[in-house]
Amino acid sequence: MPTIVVDKYRLFEALGEQFTEETFQQLCFDFGIELDKDTEDDASRPKDQAPELHIEIPANRYDMLCFEGIAIHLNIFRGKLATPNWRLADIPEDKMQTLTITKETEQVRPYAAGAILRNIKFTQASYDSFIALQDKLHQNLARQRTLVAIGTHDLDTIQGPFTYEAVPPKDINFVPLNQTQQINGEDLMSFYENDRHLGRYLHILRDKPVYPVILDANRTICSLPPIINSERSKITLETKNVFIDMTATDQTKLDIVCNIMVAMFSQYCAEPFTIEPVKVISEHNGTTRVTPSLATRTMEVEVDYLNGVCGLNESPASIAKLLSKMAYTAEPSQDPKLIKVTVPPTRADVLHPCDVMEDVAIAYGFNSLPRSSPNRSVTIGKALPINKLSDIVRNECAMAGWIEVMPLILCSHEENFEWLNRVDDGKTAVKLANPRTVEYQVARTSLLPGLLKTLSENKAMRLPLQIVENADVVLKDESLERRARNERRWGAAHYGKTSGFEVVHGLLDRVMTMLRFNFVDEEGQDDGYFIKEIDEPTFFKGRAAAIYVRLDGKLQRVGELGVLHPTVLEKFDLRYPVSTLEINLEVFL
Amino acid sequence: MGFTEMPTNQYVETGFWNFDALFVPQQHPARDLQDTFYVSDPPTAGKPTKVSPDDKQDYDQYFENVKEVHQNGKYGSIGYRYPWSADESLRLVLRTHTTSVSTAMLHKLAGQKTADGRVPPARYFSIDRVFRNETVDATHLCEFHQVEGVIADYGLTLGGLMEFMDMFFGAMGVTDLRYKPAYNPYTEPSMEIFSYHKGLNKLIEIGNSGIFRPEMLESMGLPKDMVVFGFGLSLERPTMIKYGISNIRELLGHQVDLNFVQRNPAVRLDKS
Repeated sequence: MPTIVVDKYRLFEALGEQFTEETFQQLCFDFGIELDKDTEDDASRPKDQAPELHIEIPANRYDMLCFEGIAIHLNIFRGKLATPNWRLADIPEDKMQTLTITKETEQVRPYAAGAILRNIKFTQASYDSFIALQDKLHQNLARQRTLVAIGTHDLDTIQGPFTYEAVPPKDINFVPLNQTQQINGEDLMSFYENDRHLGRYLHILRDKPVYPVILDANRTICSLPPIINSERSKITLETKNVFIDMTATDQTKLDIVCNIMVAMFSQYCAEPFTIEPVKVISEHNGTTRVTPSLATRTMEVEVDYLNGVCGLNESPASIAKLLSKMAYTAEPSQDPKLIKVTVPPTRADVLHPCDVMEDVAIAYGFNSLPRSSPNRSVTIGKALPINKLSDIVRNECAMAGWIEVMPLILCSHEENFEWLNRVDDGKTAVKLANPRTVEYQVARTSLLPGLLKTLSENKAMRLPLQIVENADVVLKDESLERRARNERRWGAAHYGKTSGFEVVHGLLDRVMTMLRFNFVDEEGQDDGYFIKEIDEPTFFKGRAAAIYVRLDGKLQRVGELGVLHPTVLEKFDLRYPVSTLEINLEVFL
Repeated sequence: MGFTEMPTNQYVETGFWNFDALFVPQQHPARDLQDTFYVSDPPTAGKPTKVSPDDKQDYDQYFENVKEVHQNGKYGSIGYRYPWSADESLRLVLRTHTTSVSTAMLHKLAGQKTADGRVPPARYFSIDRVFRNETVDATHLCEFHQVEGVIADYGLTLGGLMEFMDMFFGAMGVTDLRYKPAYNPYTEPSMEIFSYHKGLNKLIEIGNSGIFRPEMLESMGLPKDMVVFGFGLSLERPTMIKYGISNIRELLGHQVDLNFVQRNPAVRLDKS
């Protein structure tokens, strides 16, 4: 969730009320935002600085990513403000400022929009908020500028009509924002390579044959999205007229960003909430249009649906009133079963009537909604068979005095293979693409690494140590949709001054007895289990056996037990002998 | 309480079941490399298919429905309106929540009909491991357990969900719950569940709940009038709070002290 930092005194002034920490906390709670921090009593706050509120905003409320958005929506919620009527200035299309998109932009960043905030009056606070909102939108909705990038300009330093073009880097020369020297497009990557802020956006353009640029009528570069604006057109506190350019790889996100940017700051214009549109001309694909759209959307929602899920019985008029607290305009429809709900251009999070329904519930108050029984139909519960089976094994082990442990599923490749003297055949283990550390390279294919690491961490305990685990390993399986499956295993490890082989074997016999499996002769035909010597490098030679099960006449190897090889002990930093067993439990289902 | 345990023994999931089927858009931050473990080997998944012969669902249709509801909108939703990529949905991940399994269960449920021709009501639960590509610290591990429940029925209300959560947490001795509006891509309304903690002297979040979105349910073919509650909580976090454990590694993983396992008294949640 994005966190927005606002000036506490300014916000309370905008809300027209001095809240206590508790009452403000409650307001946030009811509305669905979260007061994370109030620096009022923070000793480290400089005395001359106003206290800050750190407010967490739900990730889909792009219209609340700045001071203005929070103040507007909390005021609407508290009935102190009607939803603003955001509108376009009444300018004939042929008089509009224009932004012409050329076909070449399709190679790199095909969409663009523009808007003008006319006769705006910034204060330091609103200016800072304007910059901060761009940053928040870039980080969140715009996915680190990959989807949308915003550039803002002092319109009085540049001159329309504007063009949005894509040109070879060598043809680009301009002084970037906060620089004094002109740079060439070919030097852009190296120039910003080590810039902590801008460096992380370079990958969006790297190796592209052309870079996108916004140019004015005099072919002056206004910005090179999504990296940097020009120094020449930068906005200041004194800027009166702001030209906003937005470029994108996603049309829907572009429209949302465009509406949010102008809606939040048009209140500081001489004519509040009025935005001067820009005509965006795309002759190459015939999609000429006027931006921002500021389009509202009207939905007809069933009254019974809204009431039904909320457990309410409100009239359409009363629902309309509730919805007005959430920035909608709603009115009863001609059909008494429906209510006409108009969604403001800022509420891009509203996709379906269920979003309206939630807002009815929020406006009413979640904690005030009438309670009803969740037990409408009778259903019969059932445990998952493999978990029932595991519980039997788990209990038997505990009764035999073994401690259950719960290591992690993920481990390093070495722990899973090399340290156990096992070879990765490439057909068994699921490997991860993006682990942060070597500890999480593969999903384990054996319980042994976890058991041995647990022993290693508990060497100070009184010996012998007897631990067990009933849990899943992951195995590749090309025949399945997910190309992998879990397998439930039962593993045990004995750590002590003697090998403990017979103790582990005893545990195996006990659990097999409880699962109604007899120890049988290898050569016979009876169902049951038996063990047979193996020579595998994980184990000490002559001290290891495979465990076989014959079930309905079908013979299969289900696991192995043995004394671990000294090189394995060394890798896991264990000083005394360890005997282990590991078997596939799914055979016994 | 009539809950059937879900087959959550499936850690490797596809982007489709873990995200797309839950109406989580492909540009959602949860799908970032910083949050989700992606699988490099095997390289890619297969398209959703039947797993058992008694499965009557049309998986190709479902795949198309999910694409449509994301890309162009469907079922009364305007959708997210972006070009949806089938390849992205066939990337393999370690599941970030067990809701991927709830989704598969609900999809299966949609294929069932009782004698009266309706999809039968159902209740599902699971407690199992989930994976997040987190930076490990005292309160975060890359693995933890999620407790999850689903109630699918007709005529359910939000007040019913709160009533259920009161009962559920009440059985563990956690009372005086408060519900906060929240955002979750696959539930609407979404409610965070808070409880007042006397020791910490503040409201703490103890779980999440909500009603699954129609975009998710109707894509599966569940009827419009079926309401499906979902709720989830981590197993470790409330346990740490209850027993005053400050480091999650003392509770899960190979660093757990075996003395702690041996000496910790039996769990009696109903005895305060």
